[in-house]
Parts: sequence; C-alpha cells; structure tokens
Amino acid sequence: MTDPRAPNGSSTGKGLLSGLMKAKPAKPGEIYGVPGQGESLRISAVVIVLLISLWAFVTYAGFIKPLFLPSPMGVIDALFEVMREGFTGASFWEHIWVSTLRVFGAFLLACVIGIPLGIAMGMSPVARGIFDPPIEFYRPIPPLAYLPLMIIWFGIDELSKVLLIFSSVLAPMVLGARAGVKSAAIEQIHAAYSFGATRWQVIRMVVLPSAMPEIFTAMRVGIGFGWTTLVAAEMVAATSGLGYMVLSASRFLQTPVVIMGIVVIAAIAYAFDHLVRFVERRVVPWKGRG
Amino acid sequence: MTALAIENVSVFYPVAGKPPVHALQNINLEIHEKDFLVALGASGCGKSTLLNLIAGFMAPSEGEISLNGRVVSGPGADRSVVFQKHALLPWLNVLDNVAFGLKIQGQDKDKRERIAREFIKLLGLEQFEQSATYELSGGMQQRVGIARALTSDPSILLMDEPLGALDALTRERAQELILKVWRDTGKMVFFITHSVEEALFMGTKLVVMSPRPGRISHVFDLPFSRQYFESGNAREIKASAEFIALREKILKIIFADEAGAHDD
Repeated sequence: MTDPRAPNGSSTGKGLLSGLMKAKPAKPGEIYGVPGQGESLRISAVVIVLLISLWAFVTYAGFIKPLFLPSPMGVIDALFEVMREGFTGASFWEHIWVSTLRVFGAFLLACVIGIPLGIAMGMSPVARGIFDPPIEFYRPIPPLAYLPLMIIWFGIDELSKVLLIFSSVLAPMVLGARAGVKSAAIEQIHAAYSFGATRWQVIRMVVLPSAMPEIFTAMRVGIGFGWTTLVAAEMVAATSGLGYMVLSASRFLQTPVVIMGIVVIAAIAYAFDHLVRFVERRVVPWKGRG
Repeated sequence: MTALAIENVSVFYPVAGKPPVHALQNINLEIHEKDFLVALGASGCGKSTLLNLIAGFMAPSEGEISLNGRVVSGPGADRSVVFQKHALLPWLNVLDNVAFGLKIQGQDKDKRERIAREFIKLLGLEQFEQSATYELSGGMQQRVGIARALTSDPSILLMDEPLGALDALTRERAQELILKVWRDTGKMVFFITHSVEEALFMGTKLVVMSPRPGRISHVFDLPFSRQYFESGNAREIKASAEFIALREKILKIIFADEAGAHDD
C-alpha cells in the first residue's frame, strides 16, 4: 500500500476490502494473480508484538484483574517459579517429560498402527470394509466422551492415558495414509507390474513412497490432536504432566500457571511441527513436483 | 516369424440401461520381429485400449493375444511400457529409476547398475545419472522412461504417446533418438501417437483406427524410417512429396472419422 509505483486507486489505502474488490497490479518478479503470493512473516511479527502489547496494556492499566488475566510479567514469574521449585511435588522438567512421553508414545503407536492400516484400507476393499465403520464411528466423538469408558476398561494408570491420546491421533493417521495411497499414479503402478512386481513389491516400492507427503501432513495434524487430548488424558489420577499442571493450577486459581502451561504446550507442539516440516523437506523434496 | 498375434479381439463395456459400448471390435493384427508399428486414429478409437490389452493391464472380452506363442494373461517383463507421463518415481534418482525394473526382478546392485548404465549411455543421459527426475526437462524424463523399459530386455516396447507432452523441437529430436534405439536394439515396437507426421516418419507399419466401434480401418506399409537411416535428414523426408501426399490422405481419413463423431 505504500508502494509509490502502484497506480491510482489501489494506493489510496482503503484497507483490506479494496484488495477484495480489485486485483493488485503485477510487480516485477511476481506472477500476476497467484493466490496468497507475497511475504507474511513481517505481518505476523507485528501482530505478535501488538497482541502482547495489548495484553500488557490492559493488565498493567488495571482494566482486568490478575485473577482473570495476569500480566505478561506475571506469567514469566510463574514460569521461573515453577522452574525453580516445581509444581505440586514434581519439577517443571518432569511435567514436560511425562507429558511429552505420553503424547509421543501415543503418536508413535498411532504411526505404527495407523499407517499400515490406512495403506491396507486404501489397497484392499476387504480391509476398507472391515475397518471403515468402526473408525468412522469413533472418529467424530470427542475423547472426553469416552474417557470414562477408557478408565473403566484400562484403569487409571498410564495405559488409559496413552490410549486416549492414541485414539485421537489414530484417526487422522489412518485417513492420511489411506488418502495417500491414491497419490501413486496408475502409470507408476503399471510400470512396476510390467516388470513382474508382486502386489507387496508395488505397495512397498511405489505406493508407500508416493503416500509419504500425505503421511507427513497426517503426522502434523495427528500430533496436534494428541496435544489437544493431553489435558483430558491427565484429568484423572495424574500426579504430573503439563495438562495436570494446568488443570490443578486452575482449581487453585493460579491463573499465571494456567497460562504458562498453555504457552509451554503450544511451544512444544510448535517446535515439533517445525521438526516434522524439516524432516519432510529432507525426505520428500519432490513433494508437489513429482 | 510372427511374434505378437492379436486374434479376433473385442472389448465391450456393459452400460446400465443401454447397449454395451464396443471399445474394440474384432481386431486382428500381427507384429513381427523388427516391426515398428504405429497406431493412429481419432480419439475414442481404442488405440490405448489395444495397448493396455497387449500390456496385460486389461483383458479382452473376446479373442486372444499371444506373444511368441504364449497367451497374454497379465503384465509381464517381456512387454515393457513407456507411458506418456507420471511414470517415473520422483524419490529415486535417474540411475535408480532406470534400474527400478531390475530391482523388482531381484538383481543384485552391481548387476542392475551395470545394465542401467548401459541404457543410460544409449539414451545419452550419462551426465544426469545422479539427478532427481523432477529436475529434468520433459524430453529427458521420457529418455529415462525409455531406458527403464529397455532394461528388462523385452520382446516388445509399448509406447503410449510417449512424445505427446513434448514441445515441437524436442519432439523431433526424440523421434530420431527412438528410431536409433529401435534400430540398435531390434525390438518390436507398438507406438501410439496423435501426430500423423510422427506416425508416418517413425513406423514401418501404420494402423489407422476408427471409432464407434473401435476398429482397424486401414493398414499401410511405410518406407520413411528406412529412408531416414540412409539419408540421416529427417526434415528432408518429412518435406518430400511422397510423405506429404500420404500425410494428407491419412488426415482425410481421420477428419472423416471426427466429422462422423459430431453427427452422432
């Protein structure tokens, strides 16, 4: 909007709406009309700074009581305090370690079971016929709804917690792998069969590698679901974990710890997402170019 | 010596509430050793169906296809296919793509790389051995596909519009390259194209197909590829009076089929 070369009409700064009404002129080095073209990192940085400033402003100015929304410094203080002294008998790192173990344990289990299952469902009408009804039945149910059942069936120990998280990660993994089967072009499959490939060779050497981009996307979605379910999983009979920390802090109205816990969960999830994206670029550099 | 024999082959699909669609009706065709057979025709004439039958990707509703006396009942390494596109494996480099068929057949690494390098050399891909396939141009990608198809030493190469996605200049060069590969390897070729000029230039035998029902309407013997091997000048042959006269004759046949389609 501040580009002096922009022709009349689009440079008058009518805001976002004018962008919808009129296409922007082409700039050198850009292709006209590509959706979402351009840099967004700077805008995001500005938005983050603005949000934190707004947060600081309303809390320091006293518009909102610290009980409802503590100040940014209050949250940082809570972080340092928990890091120093732990929370309800467990150290900060132990809370992180326990939760990470639960989420990643469930995630790995969901990968080991979900990816072969999804591939099988994509490849075989029999497997699809068997597994489609149960998966489609449980998939839309919120994990909180079957948490009581998990506890009745699997007890209050680690097993029911990991299984609850696992159940929320499994569905996206299965669906992703199943959709990924369709990424293999029929020409690629025919080429393999022409060389005398067995069905198993086609799955291993053509279908599975072609499905990798979809599987990576499913991993990113799935691990997100896992963190979402963490708090529910740590609602019952937990003595440590980030979800447990957030829940019990909320019972004692320790709002700074609640917000700190949320930010820590978000930070770990974000870091892992970037790790997966990094691995993805290494493993499937051909994504979208094959 | 007869090598590939197609006898009384028909293909029809059942259509709900309508008479069945005849994709191919009563096809009889023989491809002999060192034949370069080109199939040409309006869209819907069943050329690709015929290729899929020979490859073993489809089964005929009636009739029989046999290669060297053995009835075709499914895909096999004696019939290699070069596809128009999308058939390379982007997670493998050029060398591994060419060696892919040998890997499936359980050859050890040394042997499959030695054979793959042989055909990489034949197709002029030596500098690209370690390249990713998606970094190559369309013409180079097709060379990789042809090299891969040759590694299993098939009796016949099935080419389904292999040059259809290439630009005009690359396409002419690729035609000459394929002819040389055909001459050097002595394989039978079944080649599908939409380009009349390409069909005339490359084939030793031209099969013109017509739609509704898909059938062979004309067969021509062609001299042009032999002339090319003698003179080495492709454009001169394509511009000769004999070539142009036959081209116009065949275009007339195909245009008549297309016009018939619009009367339906």
